[in-house]
Amino acid sequence: MRRWPVLLMLFALVALVAGGVFAGEAAPLATNEAVEKRLMAISEELRCLVCQNESIAGSQADLANDLRREIRKMIGEGKTDREILDFMVARYGDFVRYRPPVKPSTWALWGGPFILLAGGLGALVFFLRRRNRMAPPPILSEEQRRHAAALLDQSDT
Amino acid sequence: MKRFLLPLAAFAVLIGFLAIGLTRDPRDVPSPLIGKPAPAFTLPQLHDAAKSFSVADMKGRVWLLNVWASWCVACREEHPVLVEFAKTGQVPIIGLDYKDKVADARQWLDKLGNPYTLTAVDADGRVGIDYGVYGVPETYVIDKQGIIRMKHTGPITPESLNKKILPLVAELSR
Repeated sequence: MRRWPVLLMLFALVALVAGGVFAGEAAPLATNEAVEKRLMAISEELRCLVCQNESIAGSQADLANDLRREIRKMIGEGKTDREILDFMVARYGDFVRYRPPVKPSTWALWGGPFILLAGGLGALVFFLRRRNRMAPPPILSEEQRRHAAALLDQSDT
Repeated sequence: MKRFLLPLAAFAVLIGFLAIGLTRDPRDVPSPLIGKPAPAFTLPQLHDAAKSFSVADMKGRVWLLNVWASWCVACREEHPVLVEFAKTGQVPIIGLDYKDKVADARQWLDKLGNPYTLTAVDADGRVGIDYGVYGVPETYVIDKQGIIRMKHTGPITPESLNKKILPLVAELSR
């Protein structure tokens, strides 16, 4: 009987701590769902420069954390997506964008695949045509064919 | 023989591209800040938090801004080069202690030597973002008008110091 108060207090403590943990995790998401959504959309477009094949959305690098914090702040200040992307490009260059703008220095990047594709198609057409032109001569000449037909006719009877 | 000529040429071109690719460092991202004014900041100094340092304080001088941290392994590699260079007193080197603890940073300098004219503390890395810092150490060469003239990413080696940084500093100091 003496143990009850202690147990109760323990329960109360656990409930308090657990409640605190839940409150701490859930609150920011619930209140800022729209902000988090925009943050994800923007940071998906940005390359993390520490681990270059990851986006800022996906990276756990310290810098990516900081940049997400900055983006969140700018969203809070009412900046547009365009302004936020410009902020990043002004500091880290076009390289931070997974889809860099089309301009003279990125023409090869954007156009290269299409030029290669056109080259490949051109080569394909060229070789197919050449192959058709060089069609192999028939296996039997006209005379040989008649001779063969005659032999076959004979064997029928 | 002729039929091999075209694939061979294509292969040679590919090898050429790959060979050039090998000589380039994919981590060395060109900074868009070159030729632009160094982003302004005012931060507390490492050895005296009551004093602050502003970019504007350096107007009229050619200087180096070296971003470092006590947790950064590559900075350890670079540090002796900076300590040696600082002895010549050619240009002031301002340290930017990036996302670091003040106590750790002070201890680091006490142990390894302090090449910096002074060090500013960028505790949350906000100034680092303005400078496009993505991998410490990074070094900026800033001219008398406060324009960033060069950025060196990664540890400074005696070679990069003598071949890249010092010639530029000499030219800017004229």
